[in-house]
Amino acid sequence: MFDFVSFIPRAVVQGVPLLYGCTGETLTEKSGNLNLGIPGIMYVGGISGVIGAFLYEQSLPSPDAINGFLAVLIPVLSCLLGSLLMGLLYCFLTVTLRANQNVTGLAMTTFGVGFGNFFGGSLIKLTGSEVPSIALSNTSAFFSRSLPFADKLGWFGKIFLSYGFLAYLSVAIALIAAYMLKKTRVGLQLRAVGESPETADAAGINVNRYKYVATCVGSMIAGLGGLYYVMDYACGVWSNDAFGDRGWLAIALVIFTIWRPNWAVISSFLFGGLYILYLFIPTGMNLCVKELYKMIPYIVTIIVLIITSMRNKRENQPPASLGLAYFREER
Amino acid sequence: MNKENRGPLVHIVKRGSIPWYTGWLIRGSAIVLALIVCALVTTLLTGENPIQIYAAMFKGAFGTPRKIWILLQNLSILLCIALALTPAFKMRFWNIGGEGQVLIGGLASAACMILLGDKVPNWALICIMVAASIGAGALWAVIPGFFKAKWNTNETLFTLMMNYVAIQLVAFFVILWEVPKGAGKIGIINQSTQAGWLPQIGSYKYLLNIIIVALITIGMYVYLNYSKHGYEISVVGESERTARYVGIKVEKVIIRTMLLSGAICGIAGLLLVGGTDHTITTTIAGGRGYTAIMVAWLAKFNPITMIFASLLLVFLSRGATEISTIFGLNHSFADILTGIILFFIIGSEFFINYKLSFRKSAKKEAEA
Amino acid sequence: MDTRVPAVKMRNITKTFGNVVANDKVWLDIYRGEILALLGENGSGKTTLMNMLSGIYFPDEGEISIDGKEVVIRSPKDAFKLGIGMIHQHFKLVDVLTAAENIVLGLKDEGRLDMRKVNEKVKEICDAYGFEVDPSQKIYDMSVSQKQTVEIIKVLYRGADILILDEPTAVLTPQETDKLFAVLRNMRDAGKAIVIITHKMHEVEALSDRVAVLRHGQFIGDMPTKDTNAQEMTNMMVGHPVVLNIDRPEPVNPKSRIEVKNLTVKNIDGIVKLDDVSFTANSGEILGIAGISGCGQKELLEAIAGLQPTESGSICYINDDGEREELVGKDPMDIAKLGVSLSFVPEDRLGMGLVGNMDLADNMMLRSFRRGHSFFTDRKSPKRLAQDVVDKLEVSTPGISTPVRRLSGGNVQKVLIGREIASAPTVLLTAYAVRGLDINSSYTIYDLINKQKQAGVAVIYVGEDLDVLLELADRILILCGGKVSGIIPGRGAKKEQVGMMMTRLGGKEENE
Repeated sequence: MFDFVSFIPRAVVQGVPLLYGCTGETLTEKSGNLNLGIPGIMYVGGISGVIGAFLYEQSLPSPDAINGFLAVLIPVLSCLLGSLLMGLLYCFLTVTLRANQNVTGLAMTTFGVGFGNFFGGSLIKLTGSEVPSIALSNTSAFFSRSLPFADKLGWFGKIFLSYGFLAYLSVAIALIAAYMLKKTRVGLQLRAVGESPETADAAGINVNRYKYVATCVGSMIAGLGGLYYVMDYACGVWSNDAFGDRGWLAIALVIFTIWRPNWAVISSFLFGGLYILYLFIPTGMNLCVKELYKMIPYIVTIIVLIITSMRNKRENQPPASLGLAYFREER
Repeated sequence: MNKENRGPLVHIVKRGSIPWYTGWLIRGSAIVLALIVCALVTTLLTGENPIQIYAAMFKGAFGTPRKIWILLQNLSILLCIALALTPAFKMRFWNIGGEGQVLIGGLASAACMILLGDKVPNWALICIMVAASIGAGALWAVIPGFFKAKWNTNETLFTLMMNYVAIQLVAFFVILWEVPKGAGKIGIINQSTQAGWLPQIGSYKYLLNIIIVALITIGMYVYLNYSKHGYEISVVGESERTARYVGIKVEKVIIRTMLLSGAICGIAGLLLVGGTDHTITTTIAGGRGYTAIMVAWLAKFNPITMIFASLLLVFLSRGATEISTIFGLNHSFADILTGIILFFIIGSEFFINYKLSFRKSAKKEAEA
Repeated sequence: MDTRVPAVKMRNITKTFGNVVANDKVWLDIYRGEILALLGENGSGKTTLMNMLSGIYFPDEGEISIDGKEVVIRSPKDAFKLGIGMIHQHFKLVDVLTAAENIVLGLKDEGRLDMRKVNEKVKEICDAYGFEVDPSQKIYDMSVSQKQTVEIIKVLYRGADILILDEPTAVLTPQETDKLFAVLRNMRDAGKAIVIITHKMHEVEALSDRVAVLRHGQFIGDMPTKDTNAQEMTNMMVGHPVVLNIDRPEPVNPKSRIEVKNLTVKNIDGIVKLDDVSFTANSGEILGIAGISGCGQKELLEAIAGLQPTESGSICYINDDGEREELVGKDPMDIAKLGVSLSFVPEDRLGMGLVGNMDLADNMMLRSFRRGHSFFTDRKSPKRLAQDVVDKLEVSTPGISTPVRRLSGGNVQKVLIGREIASAPTVLLTAYAVRGLDINSSYTIYDLINKQKQAGVAVIYVGEDLDVLLELADRILILCGGKVSGIIPGRGAKKEQVGMMMTRLGGKEENE
């Protein structure tokens, strides 16, 4: 019998970073910015949180003096700040300077991943601290604290209540984003900016402001995904390149969910499940077959992609001006 | 006569055309500025004199003949992948699957070396390797190409996913063929017999790779600019409807171009496995499939300019590696420097295409 | 001298793009309760001038006053606040949104988005001026005229009382045009100031109260419409006298060239676009095709050119020796291989006929690049051809290495037609060959088409301006909902009769 009670929570924790990244990128893309820098931004978000937490923990006289409120607030704020700066940089280059979005994004990913790994590897040396490795288990404890009665509710508690607050926040943000896009004036105008900036502009919408705000907010949301990964999933231990390709998978999910954050909730958990499915398939002694099972999420994405493209619908298209810079006086 | 015009403070105007040297002057100043910023960052983190840092970078890249050869070898591989992606990009087919296409090409070479190493004569083995890696790379690229042509399936995502499938496939075979059992890697293939190792020209280990890529560069330049195929690629890239209108079979062009694009990636894989590394790992392409996209774009898809773009990026990465070793920094420092320099180059394009006019100056002109 | 205070007063407006001076110290007054027709050739700066009024462009120099008060218009938002609304030639609508969503776009009303309230207000406006629009319909499902209605409602919803319409009739049928004009007159009588940019002289005369003329970015003059006439206005626009007559030489020795029999075509959604169409096009003759837009004209031409899959029926090409070739089921390549020299000037010039980002020479190559067995293309002869077209058709361009998208509409069309007739076709298909072109360019195009006819080419001319069709075509085929409503001789045909046949099969009187 397949062990759903242990499978689902693991799928969910895999899915949370993807959900953050996917929601953030969806907002960004709705404004017409194709931000391929998301993988880098998620690294920066993660490492910024680590730096904040590390400096805070180092400043404490003893590990017991840790204040739960500050231990959460400082990493979250530094994560948001780090990813906001990345978002601003992306916007400055692509919106103000109208640079090519693909290349800017790829450069941001190079930079962001490098930034994360550099500080992850050199933080101890740079601050002259005397610890063997970055293990923020004290801070992490606050992030991964689950609801108090989760243990008492058996399988129900395990599947629904066993996560840290950032996991619930990711779902909340995705649902709010979905509501905002579909039902509010701001959402309507954001969609218009991504579909046809000249129309939005002619209607009196400040196109650049929408692009800046959507992209920066999107970056911050994506950055939280990085933070969740180190603080909750990885128990506060930073190891270089451990975050892996999750940023790219988040971008893939955006297309997969046809730009709908509410679909992203289910899809990212599903994807998280596919991502760890290989651990649950019995392979016996044959180790190499496991590597083949790791292909499953990618192959499934490809198949879904092909099927959706075969039944092409107008509503399922990317924002029409995605990837294009806007210049009012273009002619 | 003309009253004060309370327009926006800064006003952006599209430039007409500017002489080529102004363009290069702007790009040049951007690089200089970027190097200054990089020096500042490095000094901040290491406390060393920036001039020393740059001296170290140059030494790292060009210090010894051996280092120059390594630089040229890295350059040729990066250039080769960038050249492979170019026809696809010109066709507006966003092939970000270079990484996977290189890997699978390399895997095909490695497979031939391992499975046929002692069964066929060396010359035949190398011929088979060439065919296999070209075929594998082409196959890997043509799958997304086919679906794009047929159902307009999103190629960015498709090629990206194909990268991961390729990585897992390589991981599978690495464990299958691992030497010794349980090592988790293959090690140097055919170390004793050197079967399937590409021939060395004289005593220069990397010369063959460099010559092959040089030939591909010239070939690609001619193909894109003077051949009928190259022209068809440009038309399809600009407007599929126009292409159909003049009777170009768009599907055929997409598939043909992706075959070519993948085939050259396959060659890059062959050069890596058969020419230099003589082994296969999941990281053998080392992110160059993505870096090559930037090379192609920085060079505006011109194969000749791409030589300089790859030189810049390879120099940065080699130089930064040197700094990180000397000053005891993490190896990823190179990526940070590369990122900063790219940001400046990307941003400088704005000043080539647009100019700023300030309100003040407009007023002065009016008064004059 | 006018003593009224103008609603809009523009003085000394100058705007340059790179090295091009689009507007050079232009003066313009717009009054309430009046329809002003703004005239000028392509590239004379009409749209640029109006874009500055609506906040799209910002003038380099000059001043604008609204109701006597000097203002600065930095953005479309500023323009709305001043009551200025512009309906652009290329509609500024978001395709995937509904009409109502498009209408409220950019408005900052209090509270949350209440689509029901919006729908009610839209309905009010519709009732007041006589529009018909479903607020919850998606834009991509709409016809051109519906989209235009949405644009006008959008502007009215914002309370605009200065309306600018950039070539609003270019894509409308005569019936739709009449409806639009009635609405515009309603609005004028309600005290709104209206500016209409158009090329069609009879519309200027029928609708406007005053005309203003621009030429090469400069203001030439304005006058009440009743004091002038088409000839005078044209001369002002062009700068020298122009003869407003279209030649129609008698066809010489017409022979059947294209025979279409029982052709039926369905579009990609399975909707029948052509239904049992049969006709013959003769050499040395212009066959005009009239019809409300979207009645199958595009599909008909594309089917002949091998770009549109057909359901049933046949399209036969008959060469000079009377040999017949079936064209159905062949693509443009196959047709060319048969030795059929078929030229096609499509409706969408930059999206289909030409590549905007390529230069003139490379665009010439579109037709000829396959020539020869070499792997490489011949780059010299397209250059020669480009130079030839530029010289012969007086294309105004900085050179043959300029991207065609930088050229004005008329010049783009000259390049396209120049290339298409360079291959000495035996059949020439043209769709809306003069759409958006000024008078001077239009007459150049009519002339070129007539020359082809006299050279024995079978010309199929899809047009929207009935006055021109009636003067140019030897025979007129009228399409109505994908069916042939009738084929009548061009000489002596009446506009009313053709108009009736466009809306009703066979026309009212000739109903069997």
